[in-house]
Amino acid sequence: MAWLLFIFLSIVCAGSVAAMIISKNQAHNALFLVLAFAALGGVFGLLDAPFVAVVQIIIYAGAIMVLFIFAIMMINLKEGLPAERKKIIYPIAGVLGIVLLLELVAVARRAFLQGAEAVPAGAGNLAGIGHLLFKDYLYPFEITSVLLIAALVGAMVLSSKKESP
Amino acid sequence: MIPASAFLVLAIILFGLGILAFFIKRDLLTQFMAVEIMLNAGNLAFLALAKASARAEAQVIVFFVLTVAAAEAVVGMAIVLHVFRQKKSVRTEDASELKG
Repeated sequence: MAWLLFIFLSIVCAGSVAAMIISKNQAHNALFLVLAFAALGGVFGLLDAPFVAVVQIIIYAGAIMVLFIFAIMMINLKEGLPAERKKIIYPIAGVLGIVLLLELVAVARRAFLQGAEAVPAGAGNLAGIGHLLFKDYLYPFEITSVLLIAALVGAMVLSSKKESP
Repeated sequence: MIPASAFLVLAIILFGLGILAFFIKRDLLTQFMAVEIMLNAGNLAFLALAKASARAEAQVIVFFVLTVAAAEAVVGMAIVLHVFRQKKSVRTEDASELKG
């Protein structure tokens, strides 16, 4: 079972990176990368690292890729889709939206009706990671916050327009 | 039980594909994405070896790598936007004044 999952996730991951190399459209590239990162999050889960798997999906497939898509949106302003493709997109979007809604309803039912299940003890050794992060690696952790502030200020300075030439 | 070598092979494949994408693609945004793939391949190798040696430190290292990748993406996007404002293009051929 684990092997099947591993092979499936590996093929999805490597395949979407290969598709990224072949595709010419930057927005498609970004979406292929989201798929690759999500599959890689699954691989991390197979490696007994649920914390890293969740962080991978939230930060990489979520935050960083939204940043990429924003940049693509600012750089490649083109006309919208042709009318015949718009017609195809509405039913597909509808089906995907209904699937997402059903998933959320299922999750909410499990959470509220049956009570939230306690996280099993030692799941990926979360307490151990917290201990390492805030005791053994406290200084690197604090320096990380300085790095993030520096990146934030740097991005604001770089992307602001000059007042006068 | 999947051996660590299988994960390492996947990491090597991903890193190779990342290098390939970096050199084949000619626009800055996709090259950035290729760099992110290489960072992720490194993370995967860290986690595979962490499982093989039963140590949790690698998860902390991966956490730091993620933070650095996020910071790198933010600053990189700002630089790409700056290049785009000056050259009206994100193709690497259009930004080659430094070439000797």
